[in-house]
Amino acid sequence: MNPAEWSWLPGVLTANDLSGYADTAVGIIFLIMVATTVIGGIIACSAERLVRAVAGLAACFIGVAAIYYYLNSPFVAIMQMLIYVGAVCIVIAFAIMLATPEDNKKPGPPGPLSGPLGLITAALATFGMIGLALNTMFKVHPKINMGAVKTIGVELLTTHSMVFELISMVLLIAIIGSLVIGRHGRSK
Amino acid sequence: MSLTIFNALVAVVAAIAFAALNAAYLVWAERRGAGRIQRRPGPNVNGPLGLLQPPADGLKLMAKQLTIPGGADKALFVVAPVLAMVPAIMSFVTIPFSDTIVAHSMNIGVLMLFAFASLGGLAILFAGWGSRNKYGVMASVRAVSQSISYEIPMLITVITIVMITGTMNLKDMVAAQAGGFWNWNFFPSFSSPLMPISFLLFFVCTLAETNRAPFDLGEAESELVAGFHTEYGSMGFGLFFMGEYANIVIGTSLMTILFLGGWNCPFGLYPGVWWFLIKVYLLIFSFIWIRWTFPRTTIYGLLNLSWKILIPISLFNLLLTAGLLKVF
Repeated sequence: MNPAEWSWLPGVLTANDLSGYADTAVGIIFLIMVATTVIGGIIACSAERLVRAVAGLAACFIGVAAIYYYLNSPFVAIMQMLIYVGAVCIVIAFAIMLATPEDNKKPGPPGPLSGPLGLITAALATFGMIGLALNTMFKVHPKINMGAVKTIGVELLTTHSMVFELISMVLLIAIIGSLVIGRHGRSK
Repeated sequence: MSLTIFNALVAVVAAIAFAALNAAYLVWAERRGAGRIQRRPGPNVNGPLGLLQPPADGLKLMAKQLTIPGGADKALFVVAPVLAMVPAIMSFVTIPFSDTIVAHSMNIGVLMLFAFASLGGLAILFAGWGSRNKYGVMASVRAVSQSISYEIPMLITVITIVMITGTMNLKDMVAAQAGGFWNWNFFPSFSSPLMPISFLLFFVCTLAETNRAPFDLGEAESELVAGFHTEYGSMGFGLFFMGEYANIVIGTSLMTILFLGGWNCPFGLYPGVWWFLIKVYLLIFSFIWIRWTFPRTTIYGLLNLSWKILIPISLFNLLLTAGLLKVF
């Protein structure tokens, strides 16, 4: 792989005298990102304390944001941080804190997917993913616009304006719903 | 602009050094200011004017044992202070101190600052929850609701500025305000007449986001002992403190860049990093001044201020600015 291709990544690469090490460095950084994502996801799924699960989720999101940055779209990466880590995780943690103390809770009975059925589902999903990954021709797309905000904005309001409007409808419904719930609680 | 490993290391080390130095000496300035404002002696024994107090404090904090309370969630307890400090250092990377002194100028610098600032809420949450302390949990609930509600008017104000300057690159924002002080975003001549109010709003939001008095409900020491860092001693506490002061520096730098023309001189003379630092430290002085002059608000007053006053004003200002930009 040509190290010059990675010249946008600040910090590690690009110097010609380091070209021999650049590939290794890129690989190590990529592995760190993937490890953060996967380990965070595992913690989020398997932690007994809910707050730890949120911490794992945050780590997972940060790893995904790093991969976005690595894939040359800093805007998406920053948005991932801002929305998922900064808003979603905090709101989840907030909800956990306002709920009943988890020390008093007993784990419920295992669901229908917890036994061999779950294993089969997971195995199928894994094989599907591996098959997909092996059979896809990964094309390197040319760098278009450095993930420029302006392009994203124009696309959002022209090509994808329908999606944009639908999302705003969903948000409106969510706001009205929360207002209704809040109102209901207050009258009691 | 591309960086080599060496450049990146220099940038990171410089950011850490700047953050640490500021944290140490802002504590000194704060205590001296508190002493001056409340008519009592501040630290004045160690060295001239007490200037050797911060290194002494630092050594003391580092020499202390890091105790972890018995019932605490160990992992979260240890991670929290680190999480308070790291985003602050990351944020320094994209702040332009002058035309040339910037580690990595990003096209979406403003967004990056806010993305890393939002991690601070998580740090407080983990600290309060991880220490398994009622005061800690109460404080983190308060601090998080505070940071959520003040992020909204802050971001709306930033959107106003982004609309006026037409860029999210902090360097270009300052460049757009070059010349005399009449070109600054603070002065309403070319944009919305509400800009000074907008600045005030941003100032209040920064006070609240950095957990400073009169909005320091997260560590209200008269009600909650020390809030989310009640259980922290030694360098765990030290990291929270450094993070807080680093966040203050970042907040005031952002104010300087967005509203006060960054490194531009008020009269167009000798623009440079000195003007940036003068503005930043004047703003920090006003932070200290406010902290030791105003009593603490209540949590209800705090949330009402954000949701009922600041957010409507910032939304109105956004609409007005959009309208004026469209008309002129």
